[in-house]
Amino acid sequence: MSLLKSNKKIVSNTKNNIVTYAILLGFFAFAFIWAQTGEMPRKIQNLLVPLCVYSILAVSLNLVVGVLGDLSLGHAGFMCIGAYTGAVFTNIFETVIPNDFIRFGLALVIGGIFAAIFGFIICIPVLRLKGDYLAIVTLAFGEIIKNILNIVYLGVDSEGLKMSIDGTSYNDMLLDDGQTIIKGAMGITGTSRDANFIIAFVLLFVTVMASLNLINSRTGRAVMAIRDNSIAAQTIGINISKYKLIVFTIASFFAGIAGVLFSHNMNSFSASGFDYNTSILILVYVVLGGIGSIRGSVVAAIILYALPELLREVGEYRMLFYAILLIVMMIVNNNEKINDMKKSFMLKFKKNKTVSEGGKN
Amino acid sequence: MKNFKKVLAVVMAVALIVTCFAACGGNDKPDTDATLKIGVTGPLTGDYAQYGLAVKYGAELAAAEINAAGGINGMQIEILAEDDVAAPEGAQNGYNALIDDGMKLSLGSVTSGACAAFLGEAKKDNMFMLTASATAVEAIDGDNAFRVCFSDPAQGTVSADYIADNKLASKVAVIYDSSDAYSTGIFEKFDAQAKVKGLNVVAKESFTKNTKTDFSAQIQAVKTSGAELLFLPIYYSEASLILSQAKTAGLDVIFFGCDGLDGILGMDNFDKTLAEGVMLLTPFTPTATDERTQNFVKNFTAKYDKAYLNQFGADAYDAIYIIKAAMEKANVTADMDASAMCDALKVAMTQITFTGVTGTDITWGADGEPVKKPIAVKIVNGEYIVM
Amino acid sequence: MEFLSTVIAGISLGSIYALIALGYTMVYGIAKMLNFAHGDVIMVGAFMMFTALTKTSLPPIACIIIGTVICTVLGMLIEKIAYKPLRSATSLSVLITAIGVSYFLQNSAQLIFGAGTKQFTPLFGNGSISLFEGQVVISHNTIVTIAISVVLMIVLTLFINKTKTGRAMLAVSEDKGAAQLMGINVNKTISITFAIGSALAAIAGALLCSSYPILSPTTGAMPGIKAFTAAVFGGIGSIPGAMIGGILLGLIENLSKVYISTQLSDAIVFGILIIILLVKPTGILGKKISEKV
Repeated sequence: MSLLKSNKKIVSNTKNNIVTYAILLGFFAFAFIWAQTGEMPRKIQNLLVPLCVYSILAVSLNLVVGVLGDLSLGHAGFMCIGAYTGAVFTNIFETVIPNDFIRFGLALVIGGIFAAIFGFIICIPVLRLKGDYLAIVTLAFGEIIKNILNIVYLGVDSEGLKMSIDGTSYNDMLLDDGQTIIKGAMGITGTSRDANFIIAFVLLFVTVMASLNLINSRTGRAVMAIRDNSIAAQTIGINISKYKLIVFTIASFFAGIAGVLFSHNMNSFSASGFDYNTSILILVYVVLGGIGSIRGSVVAAIILYALPELLREVGEYRMLFYAILLIVMMIVNNNEKINDMKKSFMLKFKKNKTVSEGGKN
Repeated sequence: MKNFKKVLAVVMAVALIVTCFAACGGNDKPDTDATLKIGVTGPLTGDYAQYGLAVKYGAELAAAEINAAGGINGMQIEILAEDDVAAPEGAQNGYNALIDDGMKLSLGSVTSGACAAFLGEAKKDNMFMLTASATAVEAIDGDNAFRVCFSDPAQGTVSADYIADNKLASKVAVIYDSSDAYSTGIFEKFDAQAKVKGLNVVAKESFTKNTKTDFSAQIQAVKTSGAELLFLPIYYSEASLILSQAKTAGLDVIFFGCDGLDGILGMDNFDKTLAEGVMLLTPFTPTATDERTQNFVKNFTAKYDKAYLNQFGADAYDAIYIIKAAMEKANVTADMDASAMCDALKVAMTQITFTGVTGTDITWGADGEPVKKPIAVKIVNGEYIVM
Repeated sequence: MEFLSTVIAGISLGSIYALIALGYTMVYGIAKMLNFAHGDVIMVGAFMMFTALTKTSLPPIACIIIGTVICTVLGMLIEKIAYKPLRSATSLSVLITAIGVSYFLQNSAQLIFGAGTKQFTPLFGNGSISLFEGQVVISHNTIVTIAISVVLMIVLTLFINKTKTGRAMLAVSEDKGAAQLMGINVNKTISITFAIGSALAAIAGALLCSSYPILSPTTGAMPGIKAFTAAVFGGIGSIPGAMIGGILLGLIENLSKVYISTQLSDAIVFGILIIILLVKPTGILGKKISEKV
């Protein structure tokens, strides 16, 4: 009997995952065909890559917030690391590796790995902390990364790499044949724009696939056990530190990848764009999409990122509308009456379905 | 609850798609529309909204005047402004929204980083861009891009030259915003030029966006360094804080700023005695007696809050008139597309000589930089006095 | 001498952080939510006082009272409209709503008052006292700020420990269900907490804008996040913790600017914060959470 039950659960998991992949592919097909018709407005075309970027960020943050159950307010910091390392790599090797595709692929890997290393390092102190204390430490790390990158100057000339945190002495150091890559608060300008919707979508798909596989794996079950009751998890021999490190590192890796995509989709970006407000924005996607729901994160990221863009029609009232919508959505989402109505409706729906399914059998 | 979320998500997705199509519907308007649409993105909300709104208002004022006088080559003009919250990402999104709305010429973006991102898109489309206020070198790094204001390096160099040549001080201190591209851009070149000119930079203090409330530490450092002049390559909001805290701390130096300081006198409820004796290099002085400036100030304040009357608005106002001059020179007509207009204007920009509220006899090189003389002003009795 | 003036400036800044942090920590203690809109209530308070000051001829103290009353009502309204419907939801859901409220307040303020920076007239005059032949200068604002903060903290501590309402607040923060069984009106208590927190925010707004006299729709954002940091630093939920956390944060910020680097001030402040939290994982005065199996 119990075997049957668990078997059923696996089936429902698979079913659930298939729905998620179907939604993703549907989104892709819809956007792709629309773009091919040439009827897609420029502002929507332009949103395609950022939508994937923020979806990847939301999915990866969901691993930390939803699956592991730790509140992180520094996700933008990992994105920042990915964006910077990826863009620096591309700028240095622009002439060495002329093939855009290979170079961008390498940039993605390097950006992801660097972000993962930082995620690993940052997670070590975080292991001791819980709840809001953990949140504030992640926020602090994000701000530290931003503060340091904001004053870094990095360039390359015939003698090699030159780096300084003082703009004036950096300018003296750099030879005339040099090329500045990171210019302090101005950030990085002129990175080759290698990102496109297809690459971005493939990366989103991979992220979702990896996340779902992680959740449904032995590791994922251990992580969720930690989330639900860490002491109980410990007593059955789950190594909490190890699993926390795994989740943080994986989440940072994907955030780094999103950062690389982000930086190769824009002519200019700077560290100040990766502040706690961005981290909170990503958290909004995760919470609104449903904590722990990978599919929800993607859908919420797409809707909520596009929303202010579509609200451009209302001009100066744009952010006011956005704020009101955010509050209303949260309240409606958590309204018991509406939820009860929903539940009874879904119950009826399910009953009908089982009846008809039973009939078939 | 999960299920409900699902339904909500579907409903919202449908709403989203419907809005998309609705947006498309708007785009089907024929392009033969006689009005020429000039687009600009800028921070219309958030931290830097006052600068973005000033640009929007300045451009709109000029457009209204031009339209009343018959337009440019018979075309009526319209200013389209999109919010970019001073972020590169916002500028890129705003640019594409502007394209959908039929933009044919652009004023780029208001702030440097955002403008560089705007330019990235504008280059792809060969869209003409004349930014009013983005000062970074990177912001106009393309043959389709020009600007009205001085660049960061120009401001830094000119400031150091002015201080040295007029022997205002030999020991100089600087307080700049290390998290801001504009501020660090000027500071770098100022520091380098100060060395050339034999100025002794005795204190280099900075602050960030996170620590721009309390300046007592920086002011203390300037005080102990024995500097005679404090250079402030920052915006006026922070400068007003520094001025009031310096007064409390009893710091007695000459304050010297760049164009970001312009607008300080227009701050609501500003205690003008704080700014007494402050010197700044600015292209625009609202108290100038020439007819153009007088008209601009009169019309601007009649229509908008005087808090927005500063060089940002003035630069944008001039930008529209510069576009008018260049279009008349190149004889740009309504039937040309954006790229053809850009090609014509690129050439015309280097041929015109323009006089406006932010300078006289301004010319442009192919690099897009304006050639004009900066004006040094000093605040005396709450008014700008040209030095 | 430099050290002394740095410390005084640090304490002055820190006591403002502390006042804001008190609002954070009280709300957290009782509603278990991070009220990210708290910083924006400061801004609203400051705008109300600014309008009262410039548009009427009322004395400063009356303007402070007007601002405080409006903020108190605003705090209760926000709680009623935006947070109360989410009483049974997860704390993260409420956090998101709070962010929505924060956007709402900032953007409404911009639409009503304009985006331009305004100069705030210091409510306690521009005077200053100089000590040691002018080497250390303390403004009246600094003295008033520190004095008011200390008085408010003492009053608040007494209120919470000695009055019935205060004890009800303690009880609710300890165990909502049990408090309800004891006949405490939980909704009313939460509402009162928001009222007190917002009133403190308004006063903090008056002090903040008097010491650092500029005002714009985003004025509250940065102090808000700093105060949140301070509240966690001191041990979130603990009232003396918020006070100590706020003052320490102000001190660390100013000392690191003077003695280490102004360029890296953010990194240093947050770095020290991380180190302290590593030594004391539940903040300086935070309760040790003993986990039950």
